[in-house]
Amino acid sequence: MGDTSEAEPDAIATAFEDESAFVPYLAVGDPTYEESLEYVEALAHGGADLIELGLPFSEPMAEGPTIQQAVTRALESGMTPERFFEFVEDLEVDVPLVCMTYYNLIYQYGPSEGPQSFVERAADVGLEGFVVPDLPAEEAGPLREACDEFGLDLVFIVAPTTRGDRLEEMMDRVSGYVYVQARLGATGARDDVSDQTEGSLDRLAGWEIPKAVGFGIKNGEHAERISAAGADGIIVGSALVDIVAEGHEEDRPVEETAERLEAKARELKDGALDGTERLPEPEHP
Amino acid sequence: MSESERERNGEQTDRAASDGEFGRYGGQYVPEALMPALEELEDAYERYVLENEDGFMDEFERRIRNFGGRPTPLGRADRLSERYGREVYLKREDLVHGGAHKLNNALGQVLLAKYMGKERIIAETGAGQHGTATAMAAAHLDMPCEIYMGRTDVNRQRPNVFRMRINGAEVNPVDIGRGTLKEAISETMREWSRTVERTHYVIGSVVGPHPFPAMVRDFQAVISEEAREQAKSQLGGLPDAVISCAGGGSNTMGAFHHFVPDEDVDLYAVEAGGSSLEVDEEAGVAPNSATLSTGDEGVLHGARTTLLQDSHGQIMESHSVSAGLDYSGVGPELAHLVDEGRVTPVNVDDTAALEAFHRVSTDEGIIPALETSHAFGYLHEASEASEDIGETVIVNVSGRGDKDLETVIEETEKRGLESAPDMSVFETGGGI
Repeated sequence: MGDTSEAEPDAIATAFEDESAFVPYLAVGDPTYEESLEYVEALAHGGADLIELGLPFSEPMAEGPTIQQAVTRALESGMTPERFFEFVEDLEVDVPLVCMTYYNLIYQYGPSEGPQSFVERAADVGLEGFVVPDLPAEEAGPLREACDEFGLDLVFIVAPTTRGDRLEEMMDRVSGYVYVQARLGATGARDDVSDQTEGSLDRLAGWEIPKAVGFGIKNGEHAERISAAGADGIIVGSALVDIVAEGHEEDRPVEETAERLEAKARELKDGALDGTERLPEPEHP
Repeated sequence: MSESERERNGEQTDRAASDGEFGRYGGQYVPEALMPALEELEDAYERYVLENEDGFMDEFERRIRNFGGRPTPLGRADRLSERYGREVYLKREDLVHGGAHKLNNALGQVLLAKYMGKERIIAETGAGQHGTATAMAAAHLDMPCEIYMGRTDVNRQRPNVFRMRINGAEVNPVDIGRGTLKEAISETMREWSRTVERTHYVIGSVVGPHPFPAMVRDFQAVISEEAREQAKSQLGGLPDAVISCAGGGSNTMGAFHHFVPDEDVDLYAVEAGGSSLEVDEEAGVAPNSATLSTGDEGVLHGARTTLLQDSHGQIMESHSVSAGLDYSGVGPELAHLVDEGRVTPVNVDDTAALEAFHRVSTDEGIIPALETSHAFGYLHEASEASEDIGETVIVNVSGRGDKDLETVIEETEKRGLESAPDMSVFETGGGI
């Protein structure tokens, strides 16, 4: 975010205002620091409303092969938590940014163990919140506390298997938005869009917090369908990482890959908008 | 802090106390999709394992006896006793069906999966011992089974890959990273989150999220339960020390568990010192697997425990000549017992383990697994250094070494070990 003005406190809520937010994910530092800067900025130009920046962890337990390989490329190019924070400072985008990473990196950062130092530094560089795939609500007490202290959001993932008491517990602790996992399994672009999505959205119908659906969305048509099913936003990772990977493997100029990313971002954002238009008029009591 | 927050934190503490916390270690750090499965497993563990509902434990004990070959003997190692001037006894887990302690856990979990109504078994494996044990248990109990194994391990443990296939299991090589146990566990976790509703993940050690560390320990605790009784009747009392190798720590916790309250019995967890205890931070490699001796606290594979990690918290690649010890983490309860001073972590390097392998093979007529050879390596080094490890010691022979012969021949030759028998007969096309 550099010298640009800090995003407002309710920046995340604003991002979901049109109920068709496009939330892309990229692994930071994939394949290099400089290229990665261009790519994230291209997504913002393409219409991203909020960006999930992946801080690479060596054991990405929840990721499919596409993001695993992105993480490997990023780590090989020297990405570290400190470089990640510098990256966020260097970025010139004016949408809210959320850090997606695994708990060990948050826990180990800084002089004392625990999430405090990491969250403080994240707040410093202007991040708005966190998604931590290996931190269920039950283990999230210390991170939730640190987020409250520094005014950051903590996003939880609701899986197709999440029901009953667990949903209640998450509703108590979540802030920012809720990440609705469209299907079981690790991340990765798929050709079908799961029926499990509608079920999950139904279970969350009473939640006031914005609901963003991710896992398996790879084109505008998917985006439209998910958005029409009632999601407030769509999260797309692997389909974008694929473009970065392809550019890297085929040695494409950075500008070309950036253009492709921007075009894909437009396609996805337009799909999400079209889907919202198809929604029946809300029947507010 | 608001009242609701206080209440929330209070709940957190209560839950934590009853939920697989070992001091500062343990917990459930897994993707949300797996949490309901862990709750279901916790419930099944409490009902069937701890409360013997539907006679689960009776059936387990019957099957581990009649199919698994328990109880295993506690036998005196005559020549090692003479060599070291102390009474050395061997707890013979190498005699369990399949050739290692691994069946104790695999049979327990596959049976539990059946009681839970699961339709399919998946498991990771490092050395292949847990994979073969799971494949045998699954065949025995008529469950479909898929094993995930790092590519490096597939190549260095070929006989075990054949055994799994012959028992009817699918073997899926994992090509990520260095292709060892760490990657195999991550991939099995991913597969579990894809298929969690019908599938049980038979984790192979006292690692992972609650309730796995406690449950695997309970299935393995039969080792120390037997050894303790055998020591009392055969030796007239408890031993001065129990020595066990430690990778993830399942044979270790199994061999230690019933001795933990016996404070006069010293417990030694022998880790793989690999080629060196120094780490290469730049390359992200620790040329050892000495997690308890050199690691520090972090979160990996579902638990807070002791890890080999760099200064940023990235997990290091571990190394050991023994695939079964080659892991960057360790069970949370073992990490806790080390913190408490109840278990002493020690380590021996690759060469010492290989020397011990040959020594025990020629002295005792027992070919130990390379993992187990680390325990014997420590017995040797401690004796040579006149360390006070006691007059009567039990070494847990966690497994037999047949699976390691190719590695041993290659590594022995590379090092030109003087204590080893002449293997040159194999160079002329003898083969094994």
